[in-house]
Amino acid sequence: MSKSIKLRGGVVLFCLALSLLALAPTLFPNSSPGWLKKSFDPLHLGLDLQGGMHLVLGVDVEKAVESRIDGIVDQVETELREKDVIFKRVSRVGNDRLVIVVYDEQAGNQVDAFMEEGGYRNLEPLTLKTEGGYIEKYYRFTSAAVASIKDNAVKQALETLRNRIDQFGVSETVLQRQGSDRILVQLPGVKDPKRAVALLGKTALLEFKLVAENVDAQAAVKGVLPPGTRLLYERHVDSRSGAVTQTPVVVYDKTVLTGDLVSDAQVRIDPRFNEPYVSIDFNAAGAKRFDQITASNIGKRMAIVLDDTVYSAPVIRERISGGSAQISGSFDEQEATDLAIVLRAGSLPAPVTILENRTVGPSLGLDSIHRGVWSVIIGSLAVVLAMGIYYNLAGLVANLALILNLVFIMALLSLFKASLTLPGIGGIVLTLGMAVDANVLIYERIREELRLGKSARNALDAGYSKAFLTIMDANITTLIAALVLFQFGTGPVKGFAVTLSIGIVASLFTAIFVSRVIFDFFLERYQVKRLSI
Amino acid sequence: MEIVKHDININFIGRRKLAMVFSVLLIVAGIVSLIVKGGPDYGIDFAGGTLIQVKFTDATKAADIKKALKDMDLEGLLVQNFEGGSHEFLLRAQDTSSELEGLAQQIGSHLEKTYGEGSVEIRRVEMVGPQVGKDLRKKGLMAIVFAMIGVLIYITIRFEFKFAVGAIIALVHDVLITLGVFSMFGKEIDLPIIAAFLAIIGYSLNDTIIVYDRIRENSGKEKKEEFPATVNASINETLSRTILTSGTTLLVILALFLFGGGVIHNFAFAMLIGVVVGTYSSIFVASPVLLFWDDYKNRHRKGAPKAS
Repeated sequence: MSKSIKLRGGVVLFCLALSLLALAPTLFPNSSPGWLKKSFDPLHLGLDLQGGMHLVLGVDVEKAVESRIDGIVDQVETELREKDVIFKRVSRVGNDRLVIVVYDEQAGNQVDAFMEEGGYRNLEPLTLKTEGGYIEKYYRFTSAAVASIKDNAVKQALETLRNRIDQFGVSETVLQRQGSDRILVQLPGVKDPKRAVALLGKTALLEFKLVAENVDAQAAVKGVLPPGTRLLYERHVDSRSGAVTQTPVVVYDKTVLTGDLVSDAQVRIDPRFNEPYVSIDFNAAGAKRFDQITASNIGKRMAIVLDDTVYSAPVIRERISGGSAQISGSFDEQEATDLAIVLRAGSLPAPVTILENRTVGPSLGLDSIHRGVWSVIIGSLAVVLAMGIYYNLAGLVANLALILNLVFIMALLSLFKASLTLPGIGGIVLTLGMAVDANVLIYERIREELRLGKSARNALDAGYSKAFLTIMDANITTLIAALVLFQFGTGPVKGFAVTLSIGIVASLFTAIFVSRVIFDFFLERYQVKRLSI
Repeated sequence: MEIVKHDININFIGRRKLAMVFSVLLIVAGIVSLIVKGGPDYGIDFAGGTLIQVKFTDATKAADIKKALKDMDLEGLLVQNFEGGSHEFLLRAQDTSSELEGLAQQIGSHLEKTYGEGSVEIRRVEMVGPQVGKDLRKKGLMAIVFAMIGVLIYITIRFEFKFAVGAIIALVHDVLITLGVFSMFGKEIDLPIIAAFLAIIGYSLNDTIIVYDRIRENSGKEKKEEFPATVNASINETLSRTILTSGTTLLVILALFLFGGGVIHNFAFAMLIGVVVGTYSSIFVASPVLLFWDDYKNRHRKGAPKAS
């Protein structure tokens, strides 16, 4: 046998062996040896086949800018007071500006000097207004500062979400930034989508605020609210009926302590009522602050506020110096666990909203797999039958190439760690139909050459070489469409583009290379004079 | 075996005007349907909205489900049987909810109130916000446009510009007809359908290029022969291949259409139409365009005043 056939046959057998090895962990997950499983992942299924959740979250970056200004307002206020600068007020205007109001020009100059030296370079001074004897000095974030705040907010949100997901116990999760302010989250096989959404979407901004005892809460509900205070609602859940009631609580605007000083949070059970609560530990700085605050406010009530809902507002009985506190607010064990998770993972820098949600239950996924596999089997059988009838023995060669093609596609998918999706199965089915096209082209050419009276050998050579360019042109254009689809598609559609692209490449190999080797082998070995085509 | 005799000689080119009338009629019918219905019927991927697939343990009716959800006041609520059974339904509403307590959960608990706890299984939820829908629509359109530009460039390099024009006209023809048929059957356009459109583009091109390749080969061979005759001969020579490949492709898509399940049903439907139209267009649209192009050029040259 000629060297060339041996070499080419070897290439085909090598590819086949490699593909079978790569597919073993998928086809026989239990009996494959460990080393094989380590080197080849089983075929990865997309969310639509495996069941799971695909979420696109939008980060409200404008809110992040706003809360950054709020933070600076507090800071400026404190520092101006420390420097004995006399001012009327400091407050936020709109969503990205702040105003400092002073009484005279001298104080104005002091403020100018302070803003210049105090590390507020990213705030640019705007016009100043003199009104009713006051001087109003406006400042705004530079556009670079705004861009960086927004960017950081998304980065930090990504980090926080990753921490939360890690504690949620789902494997093979995907967390990706998409565009400027979106985050893609994929949770395969998630059992409780409702809980997952609640856990991911919670801002989890924990604040401690002093209760404004002297303000009448009932009047506040009607809209009478002194400046510097805010109306919030305290949540109660009746442990027997599960009914939720809300009581109004008026608190001071100023936050005395926030959740970013929390170092740990754990679920504990209160032995008296057998109810779970969340115990939080502060870090060193937090413990010190907490110590000071409790010391100077004994006898007053402090509200523990999470995302603008008061969980409890206990009276401070004594100075607490241990650096720990507890949030008890009639929740069940699941809620307490999730609250501890979000407190440990940290709060989101800005609220998130769900822009896109695709959830497939595991039973539907399984259904789709069964049906997909069935349509691939039925479709291939139909093609195999048609080719066998139409081209006799040569049809069998094409069929062999077709089956190898299917094996190669699956193997390449698992080698590239690409996910197989339902449209992806559609792509495979489509490739099977189109894969025989190359063989059809070649065979039609061979028949033409045979009609011209050429020998089997010559007709075969001419058929393959004349059809080659046509096949390439036809497939490259399809490949262009598939690659564009890959670039623009998301999720399942991307899966279709992947299988279509891989299918085209694999079918070129099997239809042109593999089938030729088989023909050459038989022609040489058995000295075939007449082709069965 | 031979389905098409190898010495067949059908006068395709002679019937090109008839084919053109047929194509134009189909396209116009589709466009009229699109105009009457106020544009393509976008699915939630592009229009935004919520789609929920629910399975009930007991058989029920769409009207009963609507009644159970009446007090939720959902905008544009549509309830459809899934695959014709009486246990599984698709619910679609225009509303989206970016709130954490999702619409799907609210619908689920509403249904449980009527049908009893544990008798309702939410198997699939798809919620697309209006902004994301708009983005996806733009992306889908861009994908189709870029695919066409890529193909135009490739064919211009490999063949001639007029071949590229013919191929693109055939593609636009195929996509327009498929879009029109979708509109006439009241089927929704969503993401997988865009994938199907691109697959149709790929398939139709495949077919077109094979005929073009023959035309190129034959016009090199017999210079004396008239171009229309060459085109017609090329179509005939590749006819048996065209029919066989379309046949096998249709077989597998039919398998997908019949056995692939409801989730992929519309995708298979689009492909089915696309492959039939794509095969037709590679014979009756892409090649005749070459002749129309030549006619136009010739008339232009004759009509122009001579320089001397």
